[in-house]
Amino acid sequence: MMAADQSAYAYLAAYPEIAANLPGSESAWLQQFRTEGLSVFEAHGFPNLRDEEWRYTNLSLLNKTLFTPTASQEVAAEWLNAFRLENAYSVVLINGHFSAGLSQLSELPAEVAVHSVAEILRDNPQRLQNHLGQAVGNAEHSLLAFNSAWFADGVMIDVAANYQLSKPLQILHVVTSAEALAATRNIWVLQAGAEAEIIETYIGSESSYFSAAVNECFLAANAGLTVYKLQADADKSCHFGGTYVKQARDSRFAHHNFAFGALLARSDIHSDLDVASECQLNGLYLGSNRQHIDNHTRINHLKPHAISREFYKGVLDNRARGVFQGRVVVVEDAQHTDSEMNNRNLLLSTDAEVDTKPQLEIYADDVKCSHGVTVGQLEEKSVFYLQSRGVDAEAARNILTFAFANEMVDKVDNAELKAMLLEQLLARFPAISL
Amino acid sequence: MLSIKNLHVSINDKPILKGLTLDINPGEVHAIMGPNGAGKSTLSHVLSGKPGYEVTAGSVSYNGKDLLEMAPEIRAREGVFLAFQYPVEIPGVSNIYLLKAALNAMRKHQGLPEVDAMDFLTIVKSKVKLLQMDEKFLYRAVNEGFSGGEKKRNEILQAAVLEPNLCILDETDSGLDIDALRIVSDGVNSLRSAERSFLMITHYQRLLDYIKPDVVHVLADGKIVKSGGPELALELEEKGYSWLEGQAA
Repeated sequence: MMAADQSAYAYLAAYPEIAANLPGSESAWLQQFRTEGLSVFEAHGFPNLRDEEWRYTNLSLLNKTLFTPTASQEVAAEWLNAFRLENAYSVVLINGHFSAGLSQLSELPAEVAVHSVAEILRDNPQRLQNHLGQAVGNAEHSLLAFNSAWFADGVMIDVAANYQLSKPLQILHVVTSAEALAATRNIWVLQAGAEAEIIETYIGSESSYFSAAVNECFLAANAGLTVYKLQADADKSCHFGGTYVKQARDSRFAHHNFAFGALLARSDIHSDLDVASECQLNGLYLGSNRQHIDNHTRINHLKPHAISREFYKGVLDNRARGVFQGRVVVVEDAQHTDSEMNNRNLLLSTDAEVDTKPQLEIYADDVKCSHGVTVGQLEEKSVFYLQSRGVDAEAARNILTFAFANEMVDKVDNAELKAMLLEQLLARFPAISL
Repeated sequence: MLSIKNLHVSINDKPILKGLTLDINPGEVHAIMGPNGAGKSTLSHVLSGKPGYEVTAGSVSYNGKDLLEMAPEIRAREGVFLAFQYPVEIPGVSNIYLLKAALNAMRKHQGLPEVDAMDFLTIVKSKVKLLQMDEKFLYRAVNEGFSGGEKKRNEILQAAVLEPNLCILDETDSGLDIDALRIVSDGVNSLRSAERSFLMITHYQRLLDYIKPDVVHVLADGKIVKSGGPELALELEEKGYSWLEGQAA
């Protein structure tokens, strides 16, 4: 097969040597899975602007550097600890590999199983086989295929039926090596009635790398999962993070996406909704300088009576570019769907840009669906009002921008995480603290 | 305190104020009345530094300083307060945040330390009571979802906390029912002192029943065409403005 994109050759040429070191090489089904991914990637290369779902996001940056996996586990502990939540179990992935030494799982209750993917492949591959690739079906694109072929590790989480995890579980995706590829595949399973909160933190101590994580989530009937994603990757890095969810009936999924970092970032959040399930997607993207931040969400209402609420806000400064694609599909069978989508953007500079594309596809006739989009600037009358009260113009602009963005941080229930997010927000928009 | 001399102001090259002269001494309450389009709001905006107005001639001296040279925030810190005709809604910024930011900006300008958090709350709560507001208003976003009357009360609350030297009230009475008007007027009257001056801009005489002015001016076609005592307001109420507009020409 010919690669559509010449640049992919470098990755393809490097693959055989990399594959030899990937976990699961003795497992035929996994080899088959990886080979299928590789052949899709071979045929398409990385997604490009001709792909409808990628038309606003140019991935040529990935072709300029050959990002390669590394076994390095080096990390500056003090730097890392600044991103740790105290009141949480934690999993640390260094350069895409699970670190038993840095993870804090010793007090984990028996009802919650957390293992590295490499470990599962060694001890209980059937558990992985039951889920791998099962949640990404409708979302297939060649970056996912790339992840299938290249993933080196990941975290598998299994929460027992009717068990409520009392503390959140933080997953720290850490890259510490220049030009590294950190590709992980993560499988999260919540049995019926289980409840959990997962906090994903993406950071890097080197500036240029490629972090590519794919999460497949399975929520059984009446399960509840809240995911907070803090993407604070380094300033020259590329980030891809996809979260694909299968929601069984009456399940509840909430995702809060804070996209602050990286030079080029793309998030996919896709969920399939069964009867009377609920899906809430919140997001805040902050772009400055030449950052490009793309958020791609898809909610598939497949059965009746499900509820979805989506609210994304973006603040873009300098020459930054933001993308919001929100697609809601309501199939014929999904009567009584209740869906709302909202995307609001604040442009702080004349060179900043946002492409926003809400899409409603409704094939059922008795549904309640709405969507709204705004793109605007700070209102001069608001700036003047604050000035007339003694606040200088720059501080006034920061206060107003902070207030706009803070609405999303305010929705975070976890106090420790909220404080961390506020700190990051204030660093970007130094409003007067109170 | 405030001395406006021969002030000419244009918006997009269209002259609005055409030689306005006005002097206000400390402790005085001046009312400016006039028909729509006379330039009343332009005057309040120019004094507070709102962008978009071009001063083509004249001067404004405030406590001996050139007011027009100052940025809007400096005017505020120097003690000029504008109660807006249409107060702006600021989602996401609480009233108490704005009050504290404003008070501390003013204190810093005056070389004073930031206000102590407990003292601040005591001050603010006493002013809230004065304006018969619910303390919950402090924690709501500035003016967001407030009724017209609540917005106007909130403006006077800010004045009460910031204690300005010159308080400009731009159509503070418009849109108020009689109860709200009484509360707002009581608030304003409680702020009157021998040092503090007021410039009230109003379309209606009834505000002057509640806040007694020392001097009433009539603004027509960009100039003050007549000045007098409180009785002038009653005369205007009776006769309207048309008999004065001829004098401006």
